Amino acid sequence: MTMSLTDKDKAAVKALWAKISKGADAIGAEALARMLVVYPQTKTYFSHWPDMSAGSGPVTKHGKKIMGGVALAVSKMDDLSGGLLELSELHAFQLRVDPANFKILAQCLQVVIAIMFPNDFTPEAHVALDKFLSNVALALSEKYR
Amino acid sequence: MVKWSDFERAAIQDIFSKISYDAVGRAALSRCLIVYPWTQRYFGSFGNLYNAAAITTNPKVAAHGKVIMAGLEKAVKNMDDIKTTYKDLSVLHSEKLQVDPDNFNLLGDCLTIVVAGQMGAAFTPEVQGAFQKFLAVVVASLRKQYY
Repeated sequence: MTMSLTDKDKAAVKALWAKISKGADAIGAEALARMLVVYPQTKTYFSHWPDMSAGSGPVTKHGKKIMGGVALAVSKMDDLSGGLLELSELHAFQLRVDPANFKILAQCLQVVIAIMFPNDFTPEAHVALDKFLSNVALALSEKYR
Repeated sequence: MVKWSDFERAAIQDIFSKISYDAVGRAALSRCLIVYPWTQRYFGSFGNLYNAAAITTNPKVAAHGKVIMAGLEKAVKNMDDIKTTYKDLSVLHSEKLQVDPDNFNLLGDCLTIVVAGQMGAAFTPEVQGAFQKFLAVVVASLRKQYY
């Protein structure tokens, strides 16, 4: 699904991000913890972690890292392919995460945002964020083959 | 046959005893029509769906949200044989309504988001897992009679 971002979408994502970015670390950690429980097949990428439970060191740290990537994507919204080039190479050549998982994590992020920011995650914000995360996933997949 | 753990069974019953069917039905369907606008193709007779405000206040959308929740309630009451319970509904969606079954997942995602928003922290990862398993079984049962 490569529906490109309109100016309206970009504005909506930036507006939502302004509201939620202070809680970014918590969102990332919670979304990651949730993904490992709801989609257990994703645990296969983290077999080197001693503890995969919510609130654990590795999950908290990695959730923060993921949101750093999302923040970067927000700042490079006008050129996601260029802006996320390095991250794409990382995912393609080193991490080799199956791209289907980007959609899974995006869903978990949105569930967490819905829980933590129910009044801000309106349908309008939801559609813009969903499109944005799909485009981020696409940019991350660019270098795979 | 689908096996439900005690936790999953309890979680599903708990969710459906706590949520407002009217509010959730209307919110989930409107969200689906807004976030995945191509789903509007099945609702040509609903009148004004031109923008988010129109969709969220459209009385036919609200009414249909109730219909959907009533359908889900049948599954909640017959968790051990949703497939048989949904046989006629599946035929309806396939033969008469001719809905592309991939759309069921889109509505399911919106239901998850809306229920999460309503339940807040009570919608734990484990509860989310149970709810999504329930939706997956519902979707599979609705797909069953398509050919």
